[in-house]
Amino acid sequence: MPGAGDIFITAHAARVLMDRGELSSTDLTKHCLSRISALEDRLHSFLTVLESSALQDAAASDARRRSGTALGPLDGIPIAIKDNISTAGVRTTAGSKILDSYVPPFDAHVVERLRASGAVIVGKANLDEFAMGSSNENSAFGPVRNPWDVNRVPGGSSGGPAAAVSAGEAVVSLGSDTGGSIRQPAALCGIVGMKPTYGLVSRYGLIAFASSLDQIGPFARDVTDCAILLEAISGHDPRDSTSLQRPRETFVGSLRGGIKGVRVGVPREYLVDGIEPGVRRAFESALQTLTSLGAAVEECSLPLTDQALAVYYILAPSEASANLARFDGFKYGHSSPGARTAWDTMDLSRAEGFGSEVKRRILLGGYALSAGYYDAYYKKAQQVRTLIRREFADAFERFDALVTPTSPTVAFKLGSRTQDPLSMYLSDVCTIPVNIAGLPGISLPGGMSDGLPVGLQVIGPQFGDARILRIAYSYEQATEWHLKRPEIN
Amino acid sequence: MEFEPVIGLEVHVQLRTSSKMFCSCASDYQTAEPNTRVCPVCLALPGALPVINRRAVEFAIMTGLALNCRVARITKFDRKNYAYPDLMKGYQISQYDVPICEDGWIELPPADAQAQAHRVRIKRVHMEEDVARLMHVGGAEGYTLMDINRAGVPLIEVVSEPDLESPAQAEAYITQLQSTIRYLGVSTANMEEGSFRCDANVSLRPRGTRGLGTKVEVKNMNRVRAVGRALEYEIERQTQVLSKGGRIEQETRGWVDDREVTVSQRSKEEAHDYRYFPEPDLPPLEIDPAWVEGLTASLPELAPARRSRLMSDYGLSEYDAALITAVRSTADYFEAVVGARPAGAEAAAFAKEAANWINGEFARLAAARNGEGPAVTPENMASLVAMFQARTISNAAAKQVLAEMFQTGKGAAAIVEEKGLKKVTDVGSLEPAVDQAIAANPGAVDDYLKGKETAVRFLVGQVMRASKGRADPVRAAELISEKLNARKS
Repeated sequence: MPGAGDIFITAHAARVLMDRGELSSTDLTKHCLSRISALEDRLHSFLTVLESSALQDAAASDARRRSGTALGPLDGIPIAIKDNISTAGVRTTAGSKILDSYVPPFDAHVVERLRASGAVIVGKANLDEFAMGSSNENSAFGPVRNPWDVNRVPGGSSGGPAAAVSAGEAVVSLGSDTGGSIRQPAALCGIVGMKPTYGLVSRYGLIAFASSLDQIGPFARDVTDCAILLEAISGHDPRDSTSLQRPRETFVGSLRGGIKGVRVGVPREYLVDGIEPGVRRAFESALQTLTSLGAAVEECSLPLTDQALAVYYILAPSEASANLARFDGFKYGHSSPGARTAWDTMDLSRAEGFGSEVKRRILLGGYALSAGYYDAYYKKAQQVRTLIRREFADAFERFDALVTPTSPTVAFKLGSRTQDPLSMYLSDVCTIPVNIAGLPGISLPGGMSDGLPVGLQVIGPQFGDARILRIAYSYEQATEWHLKRPEIN
Repeated sequence: MEFEPVIGLEVHVQLRTSSKMFCSCASDYQTAEPNTRVCPVCLALPGALPVINRRAVEFAIMTGLALNCRVARITKFDRKNYAYPDLMKGYQISQYDVPICEDGWIELPPADAQAQAHRVRIKRVHMEEDVARLMHVGGAEGYTLMDINRAGVPLIEVVSEPDLESPAQAEAYITQLQSTIRYLGVSTANMEEGSFRCDANVSLRPRGTRGLGTKVEVKNMNRVRAVGRALEYEIERQTQVLSKGGRIEQETRGWVDDREVTVSQRSKEEAHDYRYFPEPDLPPLEIDPAWVEGLTASLPELAPARRSRLMSDYGLSEYDAALITAVRSTADYFEAVVGARPAGAEAAAFAKEAANWINGEFARLAAARNGEGPAVTPENMASLVAMFQARTISNAAAKQVLAEMFQTGKGAAAIVEEKGLKKVTDVGSLEPAVDQAIAANPGAVDDYLKGKETAVRFLVGQVMRASKGRADPVRAAELISEKLNARKS
């Protein structure tokens, strides 16, 4: 059990110490704030740091604990929130210049839940603009760097929330995952990140990128914290019509019990040509660990896997082209000072406010939806999406879960892929199919390669969130990868 | 060559739900202070999500049922993408390929005794949302104010097939549709205030042929009559073009009411590509047949059926029945009055008299006071009609009583009593006035005695004046004749 001085303490360990009076939320929050001030000029995980409100919230939490009215496992725990999740009264930029001065008047559903659970929000974390990217180099406010090697990317689009937890700037964080934006940075930063089943967590207040794929999820230093955070933010919300009406689950309670006899499929299509040898070795070793824990590991095939990337890059930009239409310079956010007419206001505000990757995807989406191309692109992509869903459903007739590498590579160097969008898009080849099918997927530390973390992805059927958490937890208990820390100070 | 017009109408109807289509804001935009009926959803703040208004769906289904449509088992919403400052999200949530209701018809009553009823097919009824209101202030150098209260108010669009053959038929269609919608109570259906907006598609073809010519869409008509006028103008314009061997351009034209012309607004080349795609924030909507059955059972009897029933039940003329049933509240009132008739009053005769009064003096007084003042209850109205029918009061007195009822809300009998308006029929009471009239008008008496029988009328008039209209003129005439005849012999 790590002690009070552990800069990488988990939420569940901190809770034990706080309940014993050996650690206060104020101590823990101050500690995160000091890490932030020591590391931010190198990492740039945050776009907004909420020092004074965090200390107030921490003090309030300490007062609750003293009076015996602590709210639960997240009470007093410092958390970072990706800056595409709305926070009332706190600037929320989505990493875009077009929203650089936007202050939402309302909290996202997940933020309401966190406030109700007593969590301490230490800041709004950096991200690729509108969550479009795989390296966090598309932030209008500058890139995030990887705590394991500041010359490398943290992954994206949730690079800020991932780096913050990896570097000890927050205990846990929230990200969003549209094609791998939680799992890939979790892998590259050596922490746990989970995309829940589509609809398990309300999207109300999440600035939309691709509505049918977006899902909010947790980052944590271990699977237990991940389950705690998921439990706090999941559950039906009537304000999100895609939110599932199911009874709330206790994810923490179902972590134990092992995986003896669990049938694990290994789809061979995920071991793609571009996979790095170190990643492959780590993955094969992870399979042996799962086997040694009693799982029945078996190779399988999902032939439609290589269609998923194409489907994604039609559907996601199509939805984005509409979702981003509201940023017109009239109501909020950047409004071009040079505009003389209403049409100028729209054209110039967007031209000045959006970055090049966002513009590229708006154009792609507009094209895919346009008259004469709709059938060939959008409609065909929807049809293939249905086939991919079906292929996964068939696989889950035979397997309880699928495991794959999270990313074909470890963290890559800043600037190494920015000139070639296609090579960047390939970073998400193992994570995108999960979003296409609306399934839960978790990435957890699964080895090291050349001193950099490797992620192991566990994919479950729809509503298999508790199941993949249990598999991840069993693996984590049998290994020590989750205890590896970056040496940044 | 002689041409015949082919006309189809698209009508937008604003639904009278208490809240907006996709949020819980009140929809009373017409009376509310500007920009006080807004929330994150209808302001299109980032991260806000739509939730379908169940009542609006019911209103759409009820309209579809009243128009003899087939109601979909599963329907869905789509995004209609275009940029305009009044469109908050940059897309309108509408319905594209799976509208809630399809394939209905409306029957227009015969225009005259020789004509036949004309059936107009309804292609579809779909749901969508209204946009904000823009108010231009000043001229070209002016500015524009925006009232977002109207953004998100529920609309349905009723699209006819091109089955209308003349401007007069188009006007009849609109009137019939308005009546139906008002009977259902789902909208005020008022063209002037914008809760009922009509666009027309019109083309010409050589008379007697079956094909369709190039169509022109005409917009901006804000009165029923304007639709007819615009169509007349457009038919004449197209006839001129074709007669000179010209070609009709496919375009959108606007009706300029004060100049009584249509002017080109947008050519085919400038037409929008709306890039429709399914709304990912709203799952497809399943419509339970039991729900539709319940709504079917709750539908009121509509004007055509009611007209026939009133004709057969009470022997009303088609003219009277049509007047009574044109507005649902009038027909309801009429039936309540007939229901409240005194025991023993013969239904048909009473109904005929009630219809005369309700279509006549009552309608005049009701229109004059414009919805203000006390209610004239059906019971009071019935008692007035009964007194008139029983000749207890004169026509003039009845009008006076009715005016008093509108003023004070008092009962008819009470007013008659209070004002002493009861007809004086007994000889004892009439005699002094009769004697007085005979004594004071020797000339008239002379005339009568010389055989000019009409002189009685003059004397009756004198009696009526002396009695302030209370004397029963029939009894008075009898008494006068009696007395004068006695002098003859």
